[in-house]
Amino acid sequence: MTNPATYHPSPGLWVLAWRRLIADRIAVISMIVVAAFLLLTAGSMSGLIAANWNDEVAIGYAKPGFVAEPKVASRNTAAQVGPVVAAENPPGRVIDPLATELAELRASLGQKVGSGGTAPAAGVPPVGLDLGDIKVIDPIAKEFADALAEAQAEGRKERVDTLPFGADKWGHDVILKTIKGSETSILVGLAAALVATVIGTLLGAIAGYYGGWIDDFFNWFYNIFTAIPYLLLILAIAAVLNQKGVTTIVLILGLTGWTGIFRLVRAEYLKHRSREYVQAADAIGASNFRRMFVHIFPNVSHVSLVQLSVHAVGFIKSEVILSFLGFGVPVDKVSWGSMLGEAQNELILGYWWQLAAATLAMAVLVTAFSMFTDALRDALDPKIK
Amino acid sequence: MTAFILRRLWQMLPTLLGVILLTFFLFNFVGGDPAYLLAGKISSPEQIANIRTQLGIDQPVYVQLWIFIKQVMSADFGVSWSTNEQVSQIIATRIGPSLTVLVPILIIETVLSVALALGVAYVRGSLTDRSIMIVCTIAMSVSLLVYIIVGQYALAYKLGWFPVQGWGESFSENLLRFSALPILLGVAVGIAPNTRLYRTFFLDEINQDYVRTARAKGLSENTVMLKHVLRNALIPIITNLMIYLPGLLIGHFLIERFFSIPGIGREVILAVERSDFPVIKAITIYVAIATMFANLLADVLYKLVDPRVQLK
Repeated sequence: MTNPATYHPSPGLWVLAWRRLIADRIAVISMIVVAAFLLLTAGSMSGLIAANWNDEVAIGYAKPGFVAEPKVASRNTAAQVGPVVAAENPPGRVIDPLATELAELRASLGQKVGSGGTAPAAGVPPVGLDLGDIKVIDPIAKEFADALAEAQAEGRKERVDTLPFGADKWGHDVILKTIKGSETSILVGLAAALVATVIGTLLGAIAGYYGGWIDDFFNWFYNIFTAIPYLLLILAIAAVLNQKGVTTIVLILGLTGWTGIFRLVRAEYLKHRSREYVQAADAIGASNFRRMFVHIFPNVSHVSLVQLSVHAVGFIKSEVILSFLGFGVPVDKVSWGSMLGEAQNELILGYWWQLAAATLAMAVLVTAFSMFTDALRDALDPKIK
Repeated sequence: MTAFILRRLWQMLPTLLGVILLTFFLFNFVGGDPAYLLAGKISSPEQIANIRTQLGIDQPVYVQLWIFIKQVMSADFGVSWSTNEQVSQIIATRIGPSLTVLVPILIIETVLSVALALGVAYVRGSLTDRSIMIVCTIAMSVSLLVYIIVGQYALAYKLGWFPVQGWGESFSENLLRFSALPILLGVAVGIAPNTRLYRTFFLDEINQDYVRTARAKGLSENTVMLKHVLRNALIPIITNLMIYLPGLLIGHFLIERFFSIPGIGREVILAVERSDFPVIKAITIYVAIATMFANLLADVLYKLVDPRVQLK
């Protein structure tokens, strides 16, 4: 008789798959990258990071720190002269990026007039007056002063000239915008993949398990959905719904993307429904539902899992294109697709950093996710021992 | 064979009916009352009623469905809601530009990726194979938008090698001048995924017994790869190409939009933006019919390429 203490149950599919997965160096690296992106997404959802991406912290199209030239030369020489040092950081910069230039201009004007010692011409403010008091020559100076006071009361910070990764048209920090965009793109991709996988698995299970006219009926559905090219179907539904929103795009992608999963899961259920363990379950009185989802499903769930991963990658790419075309996320949301849409016009003007940031973030995630998917598929393949 | 084709044609009918039902349901019910879309924001109840009578949507559902089926059968979808052009006229004039760009893309892309895939499959497992596969994976991860945006900016706008966008009157000018960059970018986008896919097809064949037999009887490597492996791998490659064929009819949405090519793809996007339902409905139905025929063609081609295939 065997001693119960020495009895080791053989590891199941999931344990084996996990062991294979962590033995694969590429899989581990790609898992870490994907996990990092998911953490960023969770962080930005909960407001821990990039919550203030919408703050206009820099001047429009501020250059990234690594390409911007050091401070403008004229300002340095002016500062060396002496009297204009005070103009280096005038309070007006909080609301006016050109305030420094204005102060310098004023200072140099004062200097010139002062050193010349000539009497001021008519219309030019007399030298003796406070040149800082710009009201003399500027009719909207009062509005400016009010706006300045308001900004200072709010504690608004002055806009910076450069950011580590540059700024967009409105002066949003590109790196924060990319993180916020990742949140939208990743969430849409994952949610749509989940919807598609649930629909595909459910319909595939019913069609494959019951067969007969039920199978014919769902196959008819499958044929209809695959007869219309994918992107055309998506655009047609987008045209009909005619409203933008994250939920809309998740539904569009999910409701059109289930066909591939349906086909695979159906084939698995066809294979399993007459196996002995299912007959045994039938013999002990398990209901159809129980046989389908308690007995068969654990044996085909790896197919659904791999498809979930495959479709998440695909939908992230689709979301980018749809949002770019203007049928995706609404304008107040930022996603990689909307960033690329803005970047298209910026590139002509020579502002490439937003394009680079969105492209890089997406390429890194999609590469890692695809490699992880390949590794997951290999790890879950029961033929490889 | 004839019996097979006839049976397949017969089986297409329920699918076609389904596509018609789906399109009808989507555009007539999910989309809301088209009369409001057409009449615009400011409209009187009489106007709405007028438009409803014109469109026939004051009729019962089965009458509307019958009108729609008659439209499909007679290929007469009426006029576009936004330009008043005949929908059939729109499709007929837009298909040429789409094909001018897409047919060369498909041919060049297929030839290049089959050659590349055969090459890397031959040296499978080597450093060359692995580095090309990594490059392909990364190339596939960059959004195709980026290829088009950067390609158009760098090659056309900055370097001036190609026109930035445009379309002319003569076919040769369109093909050689205006389509050159779109074709180049289309090929650049498609080559990575196709090479990866075709490589797996070749790898499936390379390990088969008949390849070992061919080598054992002393055939040269060229003969083994080009005559034996390539021929057998052509079957899945042809299937893959058949999936692309209906795509030729809807054009390339992004390329046509970026380069202002007056093709079907651009027309679809414009129609979606303008809620121009007759145009989208017509294109959806025709492309669906074309897809069904392409699938049938693929099955027939199978039989011609591989006599072992049983048509059922």
